[in-house]
Amino acid sequence: MVKKIPIGPFHPILEEPEFFELHVDGEKVVDIDITIGWSHRGIELLSESKTWDQVPFLVERVCGICSASHPYAYVLAVEDLLQVEVSKRAQYIRAIVAELERLHSHLLWTGLAGHFIGYNTVFMWCWKYREPVLDILEAVTGNRNHYATYRVGGVRRDVPQEEIPNIRKMLDELWKKNDMLTNAILDDPVIHARTKGVGVLGWDKCREYGALGPTARAGGYDVDARRDHQTDAYAELDWDVVLCQNGDVFDKAVVRQLENFEAIKIIRQCVDKLEAMGPGTEEDLVLEIGEIPPGEGLGVYEAPRGEVFHYVRSNGGNMPMRHKIRAPSFNNILTNEYSVLNYAVADAGLITAAVDPCYSCTERVGRVDTRTGERWVMSEGDLIKLSQEKTEMIRRSLRGK
Amino acid sequence: MSLALKALKKSPWVFHVNTGACNNCDIEILDALTPRFDVERFGIVLVGSIRHADVLLISGPVTRNVLPRLKRLYEQAPKPIKVIVVGACGCRCGIFRDGYNIIGPVDKYIPVDAYVPGCPPKPETIIAGVVKVLGTL
Ligand code: SF4
Repeated sequence: MVKKIPIGPFHPILEEPEFFELHVDGEKVVDIDITIGWSHRGIELLSESKTWDQVPFLVERVCGICSASHPYAYVLAVEDLLQVEVSKRAQYIRAIVAELERLHSHLLWTGLAGHFIGYNTVFMWCWKYREPVLDILEAVTGNRNHYATYRVGGVRRDVPQEEIPNIRKMLDELWKKNDMLTNAILDDPVIHARTKGVGVLGWDKCREYGALGPTARAGGYDVDARRDHQTDAYAELDWDVVLCQNGDVFDKAVVRQLENFEAIKIIRQCVDKLEAMGPGTEEDLVLEIGEIPPGEGLGVYEAPRGEVFHYVRSNGGNMPMRHKIRAPSFNNILTNEYSVLNYAVADAGLITAAVDPCYSCTERVGRVDTRTGERWVMSEGDLIKLSQEKTEMIRRSLRGK
Repeated sequence: MSLALKALKKSPWVFHVNTGACNNCDIEILDALTPRFDVERFGIVLVGSIRHADVLLISGPVTRNVLPRLKRLYEQAPKPIKVIVVGACGCRCGIFRDGYNIIGPVDKYIPVDAYVPGCPPKPETIIAGVVKVLGTL
Protein backbone atom coordinates (compact mmCIF):
# COMPACT_ATOMS: atom_id res chain seq x y z
CA MET A 1 0.00 0.00 0.00
CA VAL A 2 1.49 3.29 -1.07
CA LYS A 3 1.33 6.26 1.27
CA LYS A 4 2.49 9.79 0.70
CA ILE A 5 4.64 11.78 3.10
CA PRO A 6 4.93 15.45 2.25
CA ILE A 7 8.12 17.08 3.51
CA GLY A 8 7.99 20.81 3.27
CA PRO A 9 8.01 23.52 2.43
CA PHE A 10 9.49 24.74 5.72
CA HIS A 11 12.22 23.09 7.67
CA PRO A 12 13.15 24.10 11.19
CA ILE A 13 16.86 23.81 10.81
CA LEU A 14 17.66 25.80 7.73
CA GLU A 15 17.37 27.75 4.61
CA GLU A 16 15.01 27.98 1.75
CA PRO A 17 11.63 26.34 1.53
CA GLU A 18 11.38 23.32 -0.70
CA PHE A 19 8.74 20.64 -0.98
CA PHE A 20 9.17 16.89 -1.30
CA GLU A 21 6.44 14.34 -1.30
CA LEU A 22 7.63 10.84 -0.54
CA HIS A 23 5.50 7.94 -1.68
CA VAL A 24 6.15 5.12 0.72
CA ASP A 25 5.28 1.47 0.80
CA GLY A 26 5.74 0.50 4.43
CA GLU A 27 9.23 1.71 5.24
CA LYS A 28 10.39 1.78 1.63
CA VAL A 29 10.38 4.93 -0.50
CA VAL A 30 8.95 4.09 -3.92
CA ASP A 31 8.58 7.50 -5.51
CA ILE A 32 9.20 11.16 -4.81
CA ASP A 33 7.63 14.38 -6.06
CA ILE A 34 9.68 17.53 -5.88
CA THR A 35 8.28 21.04 -5.96
CA ILE A 36 10.59 24.01 -5.90
CA GLY A 37 10.01 27.70 -6.37
CA TRP A 38 9.10 28.88 -2.87
CA SER A 39 11.77 31.50 -2.68
CA HIS A 40 11.44 32.65 -6.25
CA ARG A 41 12.36 36.32 -6.11
CA GLY A 42 12.78 37.11 -9.79
CA ILE A 43 16.47 37.91 -9.55
CA GLU A 44 17.18 37.59 -13.27
CA LEU A 45 14.64 40.25 -14.12
CA LEU A 46 15.75 42.46 -11.22
CA SER A 47 19.28 42.21 -12.53
CA GLU A 48 18.20 43.75 -15.81
CA SER A 49 17.28 46.91 -13.91
CA LYS A 50 20.65 47.25 -12.17
CA THR A 51 23.82 48.71 -13.61
CA TRP A 52 26.72 46.39 -14.46
CA ASP A 53 28.47 47.37 -11.26
CA GLN A 54 25.43 46.86 -9.05
CA VAL A 55 24.65 43.37 -10.25
CA PRO A 56 27.34 41.63 -8.14
CA PHE A 57 25.57 42.87 -4.99
CA LEU A 58 22.34 41.39 -6.24
CA VAL A 59 23.69 38.03 -7.37
CA GLU A 60 25.57 37.42 -4.17
CA ARG A 61 22.13 37.43 -2.57
CA VAL A 62 20.96 34.57 -4.77
CA CYS A 63 22.21 32.27 -2.07
CA GLY A 64 23.73 33.15 1.25
CA ILE A 65 26.31 30.40 1.20
CA CYS A 66 27.41 30.77 -2.40
CA SER A 67 27.77 34.50 -2.04
CA ALA A 68 31.24 34.44 -3.57
CA SER A 69 30.53 31.99 -6.38
CA HIS A 70 27.64 33.81 -8.00
CA PRO A 71 29.37 37.17 -8.34
CA TYR A 72 32.50 35.31 -9.43
CA ALA A 73 30.64 33.63 -12.28
CA TYR A 74 28.95 36.91 -13.15
CA VAL A 75 32.15 38.93 -13.38
CA LEU A 76 33.71 36.14 -15.42
CA ALA A 77 30.77 36.40 -17.80
CA VAL A 78 31.16 40.15 -18.22
CA GLU A 79 34.91 39.78 -18.61
CA ASP A 80 34.28 37.14 -21.25
CA LEU A 81 32.11 39.68 -23.06
CA LEU A 82 34.82 42.32 -22.77
CA GLN A 83 37.66 39.90 -23.51
CA VAL A 84 39.85 41.26 -20.73
CA GLU A 85 42.05 39.52 -18.20
CA VAL A 86 42.27 40.83 -14.66
CA SER A 87 45.52 41.36 -12.77
CA LYS A 88 47.24 38.49 -11.00
CA ARG A 89 46.66 40.09 -7.64
CA ALA A 90 42.93 40.27 -8.24
CA GLN A 91 42.92 36.64 -9.33
CA TYR A 92 44.55 35.51 -6.11
CA ILE A 93 42.20 37.55 -3.96
CA ARG A 94 39.25 36.12 -5.82
CA ALA A 95 40.52 32.61 -5.24
CA ILE A 96 41.14 33.25 -1.54
CA VAL A 97 37.61 34.51 -0.88
CA ALA A 98 36.02 31.77 -2.98
CA GLU A 99 37.98 29.01 -1.24
CA LEU A 100 37.27 30.41 2.22
CA GLU A 101 33.65 30.22 1.24
CA ARG A 102 34.08 26.60 0.18
CA LEU A 103 35.60 25.82 3.57
CA HIS A 104 32.76 27.30 5.57
CA SER A 105 30.15 25.81 3.28
CA HIS A 106 31.54 22.27 3.50
CA LEU A 107 31.91 22.51 7.26
CA LEU A 108 28.33 23.68 7.49
CA TRP A 109 27.18 20.69 5.47
CA THR A 110 29.15 18.16 7.50
CA GLY A 111 27.64 19.63 10.63
CA LEU A 112 24.10 19.38 9.32
CA ALA A 113 24.64 15.84 8.09
CA GLY A 114 25.86 15.00 11.58
CA HIS A 115 22.72 16.52 13.02
CA PHE A 116 20.58 14.47 10.67
CA ILE A 117 22.00 11.17 11.82
CA GLY A 118 21.89 12.16 15.46
CA TYR A 119 25.51 13.16 15.95
CA ASN A 120 24.90 16.55 17.42
CA THR A 121 28.47 16.75 18.62
CA VAL A 122 29.60 16.77 15.00
CA PHE A 123 27.10 19.53 14.31
CA MET A 124 28.40 21.69 17.13
CA TRP A 125 32.04 21.01 16.37
CA CYS A 126 31.77 21.79 12.69
CA TRP A 127 29.97 25.03 13.35
CA LYS A 128 32.55 25.94 15.94
CA TYR A 129 35.41 25.34 13.52
CA ARG A 130 33.54 27.33 10.93
CA GLU A 131 33.66 30.48 13.04
CA PRO A 132 37.37 31.26 12.55
CA VAL A 133 36.82 31.04 8.78
CA LEU A 134 34.06 33.62 9.06
CA ASP A 135 36.28 35.79 11.22
CA ILE A 136 38.93 35.80 8.53
CA LEU A 137 36.33 36.59 5.90
CA GLU A 138 35.18 39.48 8.03
CA ALA A 139 38.72 40.75 8.44
CA VAL A 140 39.43 40.47 4.73
CA THR A 141 36.15 41.60 3.20
CA GLY A 142 34.33 43.45 5.96
CA ASN A 143 31.42 41.08 6.35
CA ARG A 144 30.92 37.55 7.63
CA ASN A 145 28.80 36.67 4.62
CA HIS A 146 28.06 38.63 1.47
CA TYR A 147 31.59 39.71 0.74
CA ALA A 148 31.10 42.38 -1.93
CA THR A 149 34.59 41.57 -3.15
CA TYR A 150 34.03 40.86 -6.81
CA ARG A 151 33.85 43.55 -9.37
CA VAL A 152 33.96 43.59 -13.14
CA GLY A 153 37.65 43.92 -13.95
CA GLY A 154 39.00 42.89 -10.59
CA VAL A 155 38.21 43.09 -6.92
CA ARG A 156 37.02 45.81 -4.63
CA ARG A 157 39.69 45.64 -1.96
CA ASP A 158 43.05 44.17 -1.15
CA VAL A 159 43.78 41.52 1.45
CA PRO A 160 45.51 43.56 4.17
CA GLN A 161 49.14 42.43 4.56
CA GLU A 162 48.81 42.38 8.34
CA GLU A 163 46.02 39.81 8.05
CA ILE A 164 48.20 37.30 6.23
CA PRO A 165 49.81 35.78 9.36
CA ASN A 166 46.32 35.42 10.89
CA ILE A 167 45.06 33.66 7.80
CA ARG A 168 48.01 31.24 7.92
CA LYS A 169 47.46 30.55 11.58
CA MET A 170 43.76 29.93 11.07
CA LEU A 171 44.47 27.57 8.18
CA ASP A 172 47.01 25.57 10.17
CA GLU A 173 44.54 25.08 12.98
CA LEU A 174 41.72 24.26 10.63
CA TRP A 175 43.87 21.69 8.87
CA LYS A 176 44.30 19.81 12.15
CA LYS A 177 40.63 20.03 13.03
CA ASN A 178 39.58 18.93 9.58
CA ASP A 179 41.99 16.03 9.81
CA MET A 180 40.41 15.01 13.07
CA LEU A 181 36.91 15.27 11.63
CA THR A 182 37.83 13.31 8.54
CA ASN A 183 39.35 10.53 10.59
CA ALA A 184 36.33 10.48 12.84
CA ILE A 185 34.09 9.97 9.82
CA LEU A 186 36.35 7.34 8.27
CA ASP A 187 36.68 5.37 11.51
CA ASP A 188 33.22 5.41 12.97
CA PRO A 189 31.39 2.11 12.39
CA VAL A 190 28.01 3.70 13.05
CA ILE A 191 28.55 6.37 10.42
CA HIS A 192 29.62 3.62 8.02
CA ALA A 193 26.47 1.67 8.73
CA ARG A 194 24.24 4.69 8.32
CA THR A 195 25.78 6.15 5.18
CA LYS A 196 27.55 3.44 3.18
CA GLY A 197 25.47 2.12 0.32
CA VAL A 198 22.75 4.64 1.09
CA GLY A 199 21.45 7.01 -1.56
CA VAL A 200 23.74 5.68 -4.23
CA LEU A 201 24.06 7.83 -7.33
CA GLY A 202 26.49 6.12 -9.68
CA TRP A 203 28.42 7.49 -12.62
CA ASP A 204 25.72 6.74 -15.19
CA LYS A 205 22.98 8.36 -13.10
CA CYS A 206 25.14 11.41 -12.39
CA ARG A 207 25.54 11.76 -16.12
CA GLU A 208 21.87 11.23 -16.82
CA TYR A 209 20.73 13.86 -14.33
CA GLY A 210 23.60 16.23 -15.01
CA ALA A 211 24.69 16.13 -11.37
CA LEU A 212 27.36 18.64 -10.45
CA GLY A 213 29.91 19.35 -7.78
CA PRO A 214 30.58 16.98 -4.89
CA THR A 215 27.39 15.06 -5.66
CA ALA A 216 28.80 14.09 -9.04
CA ARG A 217 32.40 13.66 -7.93
CA ALA A 218 31.32 11.25 -5.20
CA GLY A 219 29.94 9.04 -7.97
CA GLY A 220 33.17 9.21 -9.95
CA TYR A 221 31.79 11.68 -12.48
CA ASP A 222 34.73 13.95 -13.06
CA VAL A 223 33.54 17.56 -13.38
CA ASP A 224 35.09 20.60 -11.81
CA ALA A 225 34.62 23.96 -13.46
CA ARG A 226 37.74 25.40 -11.87
CA ARG A 227 39.86 22.90 -13.77
CA ASP A 228 37.70 22.36 -16.84
CA HIS A 229 37.39 26.07 -17.60
CA GLN A 230 40.82 27.10 -16.34
CA THR A 231 39.31 29.74 -14.08
CA ASP A 232 41.68 32.62 -13.37
CA ALA A 233 44.51 31.68 -11.03
CA TYR A 234 43.46 28.05 -10.60
CA ALA A 235 45.29 27.07 -13.78
CA GLU A 236 48.67 27.82 -12.24
CA LEU A 237 48.04 26.64 -8.67
CA ASP A 238 48.80 23.18 -7.40
CA TRP A 239 45.61 21.40 -6.35
CA ASP A 240 43.65 18.26 -7.15
CA VAL A 241 40.09 17.41 -7.97
CA VAL A 242 38.81 14.94 -5.36
CA LEU A 243 37.06 11.91 -6.81
CA CYS A 244 35.35 8.94 -5.17
CA GLN A 245 33.65 5.94 -6.73
CA ASN A 246 30.53 4.75 -4.93
CA GLY A 247 28.27 7.79 -4.99
CA ASP A 248 26.68 7.01 -1.61
CA VAL A 249 26.20 9.46 1.24
CA PHE A 250 29.48 8.33 2.78
CA ASP A 251 31.43 9.25 -0.34
CA LYS A 252 29.67 12.57 -0.58
CA ALA A 253 30.86 13.37 2.91
CA VAL A 254 34.39 12.17 2.16
CA VAL A 255 34.63 14.25 -1.02
CA ARG A 256 33.67 17.37 0.90
CA GLN A 257 36.06 16.68 3.74
CA LEU A 258 38.95 16.09 1.36
CA GLU A 259 38.06 19.18 -0.65
CA ASN A 260 38.58 21.19 2.50
CA PHE A 261 42.23 20.18 2.42
CA GLU A 262 42.49 21.22 -1.21
CA ALA A 263 40.88 24.56 -0.41
CA ILE A 264 43.38 25.15 2.38
CA LYS A 265 46.21 24.30 -0.02
CA ILE A 266 44.89 26.79 -2.58
CA ILE A 267 44.53 29.60 -0.04
CA ARG A 268 48.02 28.99 1.30
CA GLN A 269 49.53 29.32 -2.16
CA CYS A 270 47.55 32.47 -2.94
CA VAL A 271 48.49 34.04 0.36
CA ASP A 272 52.17 33.30 -0.28
CA LYS A 273 51.96 34.99 -3.66
CA LEU A 274 50.20 38.01 -2.22
CA GLU A 275 52.79 38.35 0.48
CA ALA A 276 55.58 38.22 -2.08
CA MET A 277 53.86 41.00 -4.06
CA GLY A 278 53.54 43.35 -1.10
CA PRO A 279 50.72 45.86 -0.71
CA GLY A 280 49.09 46.89 -3.98
CA THR A 281 47.72 50.07 -5.45
CA GLU A 282 44.24 50.68 -6.80
CA GLU A 283 45.41 49.93 -10.35
CA ASP A 284 46.62 46.49 -9.30
CA LEU A 285 43.19 45.61 -7.98
CA VAL A 286 40.84 46.62 -10.73
CA LEU A 287 41.04 47.40 -14.43
CA GLU A 288 39.57 50.57 -15.79
CA ILE A 289 36.35 49.45 -17.46
CA GLY A 290 34.51 51.98 -19.59
CA GLU A 291 31.48 51.24 -21.71
CA ILE A 292 30.32 47.67 -22.01
CA PRO A 293 29.95 47.05 -25.75
CA PRO A 294 27.12 44.99 -27.26
CA GLY A 295 27.81 41.29 -27.07
CA GLU A 296 27.37 38.27 -24.90
CA GLY A 297 29.46 36.43 -22.36
CA LEU A 298 29.50 33.21 -20.38
CA GLY A 299 30.89 32.73 -16.92
CA VAL A 300 31.33 29.43 -15.14
CA TYR A 301 32.62 28.85 -11.67
CA GLU A 302 32.70 25.86 -9.35
CA ALA A 303 30.67 26.79 -6.28
CA PRO A 304 30.81 24.55 -3.19
CA ARG A 305 27.76 22.72 -4.54
CA GLY A 306 28.78 22.51 -8.17
CA GLU A 307 29.00 24.54 -11.28
CA VAL A 308 27.39 28.00 -11.29
CA PHE A 309 26.65 29.32 -14.73
CA HIS A 310 25.96 32.93 -15.69
CA TYR A 311 25.13 34.32 -19.10
CA VAL A 312 24.93 38.03 -19.85
CA ARG A 313 24.01 39.91 -22.97
CA SER A 314 24.64 43.59 -23.50
CA ASN A 315 23.12 45.99 -25.98
CA GLY A 316 25.68 48.63 -25.20
CA GLY A 317 23.67 50.19 -22.38
CA ASN A 318 24.64 50.48 -18.75
CA MET A 319 22.58 47.47 -17.66
CA PRO A 320 22.57 43.87 -18.80
CA MET A 321 19.92 43.25 -21.40
CA ARG A 322 19.61 39.62 -20.38
CA HIS A 323 21.11 37.84 -17.44
CA LYS A 324 20.62 34.12 -17.04
CA ILE A 325 21.67 32.24 -13.93
CA ARG A 326 21.81 28.53 -13.37
CA ALA A 327 22.73 27.22 -9.96
CA PRO A 328 23.98 23.66 -9.34
CA SER A 329 21.32 22.76 -6.79
CA PHE A 330 18.78 22.85 -9.57
CA ASN A 331 20.39 19.77 -11.10
CA ASN A 332 21.36 18.19 -7.83
CA ILE A 333 17.97 18.38 -6.15
CA LEU A 334 16.44 16.48 -9.03
CA THR A 335 18.84 13.59 -8.50
CA ASN A 336 16.89 12.86 -5.32
CA GLU A 337 14.20 11.54 -7.59
CA TYR A 338 16.47 8.58 -8.19
CA SER A 339 18.67 8.40 -5.14
CA VAL A 340 15.98 8.05 -2.45
CA LEU A 341 14.17 5.23 -4.22
CA ASN A 342 14.04 1.95 -2.34
CA TYR A 343 15.60 3.30 0.84
CA ALA A 344 13.91 3.63 4.20
CA VAL A 345 12.01 6.74 5.25
CA ALA A 346 14.55 7.26 8.01
CA ASP A 347 17.22 7.63 5.34
CA ALA A 348 15.27 9.99 3.11
CA GLY A 349 16.11 13.12 5.07
CA LEU A 350 19.78 12.28 5.02
CA ILE A 351 19.82 11.45 1.31
CA THR A 352 18.02 14.60 0.26
CA ALA A 353 20.36 16.60 2.46
CA ALA A 354 23.41 14.81 1.09
CA VAL A 355 23.38 16.73 -2.17
CA ASP A 356 23.69 19.84 0.03
CA PRO A 357 20.83 21.52 -1.70
CA CYS A 358 20.24 25.03 -0.65
CA TYR A 359 17.66 22.97 1.10
CA SER A 360 14.98 23.61 3.54
CA CYS A 361 11.67 22.22 4.31
CA THR A 362 9.11 21.40 6.75
CA GLU A 363 7.03 22.90 9.41
CA ARG A 364 5.35 19.55 9.58
CA VAL A 365 5.27 16.17 7.95
CA GLY A 366 1.88 14.73 7.16
CA ARG A 367 1.23 11.19 6.02
CA VAL A 368 -1.56 10.59 3.57
CA ASP A 369 -2.98 7.16 3.02
CA THR A 370 -3.88 7.36 -0.65
CA ARG A 371 -6.59 4.69 -0.43
CA THR A 372 -8.56 5.93 2.53
CA GLY A 373 -7.45 9.55 2.39
CA GLU A 374 -6.53 9.13 6.04
CA ARG A 375 -4.01 11.75 7.03
CA TRP A 376 -1.92 12.27 10.08
CA VAL A 377 0.61 14.89 10.83
CA MET A 378 4.08 14.50 12.28
CA SER A 379 6.39 17.40 12.92
CA GLU A 380 9.60 17.67 10.95
CA GLY A 381 11.31 17.05 14.25
CA ASP A 382 9.82 13.57 14.04
CA LEU A 383 11.52 12.96 10.74
CA ILE A 384 14.87 13.91 12.19
CA LYS A 385 14.05 11.87 15.25
CA LEU A 386 13.26 8.87 13.07
CA SER A 387 16.67 9.22 11.51
CA GLN A 388 18.37 9.68 14.86
CA GLU A 389 16.62 6.65 16.31
CA LYS A 390 17.89 4.53 13.46
CA THR A 391 21.43 5.59 14.28
CA GLU A 392 20.87 4.71 17.89
CA MET A 393 19.60 1.27 16.89
CA ILE A 394 22.64 0.62 14.73
CA ARG A 395 24.91 1.82 17.47
CA ARG A 396 23.33 -0.56 19.94
CA SER A 397 23.48 -3.53 17.62
CA LEU A 398 27.14 -2.81 16.82
CA ARG A 399 27.94 -2.62 20.49
CA GLY A 400 26.20 -5.95 21.03
CA LYS A 401 28.55 -7.72 18.61
CA MET B 1 1.92 39.76 33.88
CA SER B 2 -0.01 36.69 32.87
CA LEU B 3 1.32 33.25 33.60
CA ALA B 4 1.82 32.59 29.90
CA LEU B 5 4.02 35.65 29.49
CA LYS B 6 5.97 34.82 32.59
CA ALA B 7 6.72 31.35 31.29
CA LEU B 8 7.62 32.75 27.91
CA LYS B 9 10.20 35.05 29.40
CA LYS B 10 12.05 32.29 31.21
CA SER B 11 12.81 30.09 28.27
CA PRO B 12 11.63 31.40 24.91
CA TRP B 13 11.22 28.72 22.30
CA VAL B 14 11.94 29.91 18.83
CA PHE B 15 10.53 28.81 15.51
CA HIS B 16 12.13 30.12 12.40
CA VAL B 17 10.55 30.75 9.02
CA ASN B 18 12.15 31.65 5.75
CA THR B 19 9.76 33.56 3.55
CA GLY B 20 12.06 33.78 0.56
CA ALA B 21 15.35 34.89 2.10
CA CYS B 22 18.73 34.24 0.57
CA ASN B 23 19.27 31.92 3.57
CA ASN B 24 22.14 33.86 5.01
CA CYS B 25 19.93 35.30 7.71
CA ASP B 26 18.80 31.78 8.51
CA ILE B 27 22.36 30.57 8.80
CA GLU B 28 23.18 33.40 11.16
CA ILE B 29 20.15 32.47 13.27
CA LEU B 30 21.41 28.89 13.45
CA ASP B 31 24.84 30.22 14.16
CA ALA B 32 23.55 31.89 17.31
CA LEU B 33 22.71 28.41 18.63
CA THR B 34 26.15 26.90 18.06
CA PRO B 35 29.11 26.98 20.45
CA ARG B 36 30.47 30.47 19.84
CA PHE B 37 27.22 32.18 20.88
CA ASP B 38 25.32 29.28 22.38
CA VAL B 39 22.02 30.87 23.29
CA GLU B 40 20.79 27.50 24.49
CA ARG B 41 22.53 28.40 27.73
CA PHE B 42 19.69 30.83 28.34
CA GLY B 43 16.96 28.39 27.47
CA ILE B 44 16.48 29.72 23.96
CA VAL B 45 15.80 26.66 21.85
CA LEU B 46 14.89 26.25 18.20
CA VAL B 47 11.80 24.06 18.02
CA GLY B 48 10.54 21.91 15.17
CA SER B 49 6.91 22.92 15.28
CA ILE B 50 5.18 26.26 15.33
CA ARG B 51 2.77 24.91 17.94
CA HIS B 52 5.57 24.89 20.50
CA ALA B 53 6.90 28.34 19.73
CA ASP B 54 6.94 31.50 21.84
CA VAL B 55 8.96 33.56 19.40
CA LEU B 56 8.67 33.57 15.63
CA LEU B 57 11.82 34.60 13.78
CA ILE B 58 11.09 35.54 10.20
CA SER B 59 13.68 36.21 7.53
CA GLY B 60 13.20 37.26 3.97
CA PRO B 61 10.85 39.31 1.85
CA VAL B 62 7.47 37.66 1.43
CA THR B 63 7.13 35.90 -1.91
CA ARG B 64 3.81 35.21 -3.56
CA ASN B 65 4.09 31.44 -3.04
CA VAL B 66 4.94 31.67 0.61
CA LEU B 67 2.26 34.13 1.74
CA PRO B 68 -0.58 31.63 2.35
CA ARG B 69 1.82 29.47 4.35
CA LEU B 70 3.03 32.41 6.39
CA LYS B 71 -0.52 33.40 7.29
CA ARG B 72 -1.35 29.85 8.24
CA LEU B 73 1.74 29.56 10.38
CA TYR B 74 0.81 32.71 12.22
CA GLU B 75 -2.70 31.41 12.80
CA GLN B 76 -1.36 28.13 14.13
CA ALA B 77 1.03 29.81 16.52
CA PRO B 78 -0.01 29.75 20.17
CA LYS B 79 -0.68 33.31 21.42
CA PRO B 80 0.87 35.37 22.87
CA ILE B 81 3.64 35.07 20.32
CA LYS B 82 6.40 37.55 19.70
CA VAL B 83 7.34 38.10 16.07
CA ILE B 84 10.86 39.24 15.24
CA VAL B 85 11.92 40.03 11.71
CA VAL B 86 15.55 39.34 10.93
CA GLY B 87 17.39 41.06 8.11
CA ALA B 88 16.92 43.93 5.73
CA CYS B 89 14.74 41.77 3.51
CA GLY B 90 12.15 41.03 6.13
CA CYS B 91 12.12 44.62 7.40
CA ARG B 92 11.73 46.41 4.08
CA CYS B 93 12.33 43.80 1.34
CA GLY B 94 15.93 44.97 0.96
CA ILE B 95 17.49 44.55 -2.43
CA PHE B 96 14.55 42.51 -3.73
CA ARG B 97 12.01 45.28 -3.29
CA ASP B 98 11.25 45.68 -6.97
CA GLY B 99 10.97 41.97 -7.70
CA TYR B 100 7.72 40.95 -9.37
CA ASN B 101 7.23 38.00 -7.07
CA ILE B 102 7.80 39.99 -3.88
CA ILE B 103 4.63 41.18 -2.27
CA GLY B 104 5.90 43.28 0.51
CA PRO B 105 7.59 43.19 3.87
CA VAL B 106 6.44 40.88 6.63
CA ASP B 107 4.65 43.55 8.66
CA LYS B 108 2.20 44.08 5.84
CA TYR B 109 0.68 40.71 6.64
CA ILE B 110 1.28 39.90 10.28
CA PRO B 111 1.98 42.07 13.33
CA VAL B 112 5.69 42.43 14.09
CA ASP B 113 7.23 43.19 17.49
CA ALA B 114 10.83 43.87 16.56
CA TYR B 115 13.03 44.45 13.55
CA VAL B 116 16.66 43.39 13.37
CA PRO B 117 18.31 45.22 10.46
CA GLY B 118 21.44 44.10 8.65
CA CYS B 119 22.29 42.01 5.65
CA PRO B 120 22.75 39.63 7.28
CA PRO B 121 22.66 40.84 10.88
CA LYS B 122 25.48 39.35 12.93
CA PRO B 123 24.44 36.72 15.48
CA GLU B 124 25.17 39.21 18.24
CA THR B 125 22.62 41.57 16.73
CA ILE B 126 20.00 38.87 16.46
CA ILE B 127 20.51 37.92 20.09
CA ALA B 128 20.30 41.58 21.09
CA GLY B 129 16.99 41.81 19.24
CA VAL B 130 15.53 38.83 21.04
CA VAL B 131 16.75 40.13 24.39
CA LYS B 132 15.21 43.56 23.75
CA VAL B 133 11.85 42.02 22.96
CA LEU B 134 11.99 39.95 26.12
CA GLY B 135 12.86 43.10 28.05
CA THR B 136 9.58 44.70 27.02
CA LEU B 137 7.51 41.93 28.57
S1 SF4 C 1 18.69 40.54 4.60
FE1 SF4 C 1 20.44 40.06 3.32
S2 SF4 C 1 21.25 38.20 4.22
FE2 SF4 C 1 19.18 38.42 4.97
S3 SF4 C 1 17.91 37.26 3.56
FE3 SF4 C 1 17.95 39.38 2.84
S4 SF4 C 1 19.61 39.43 1.34
FE4 SF4 C 1 19.88 37.59 2.57
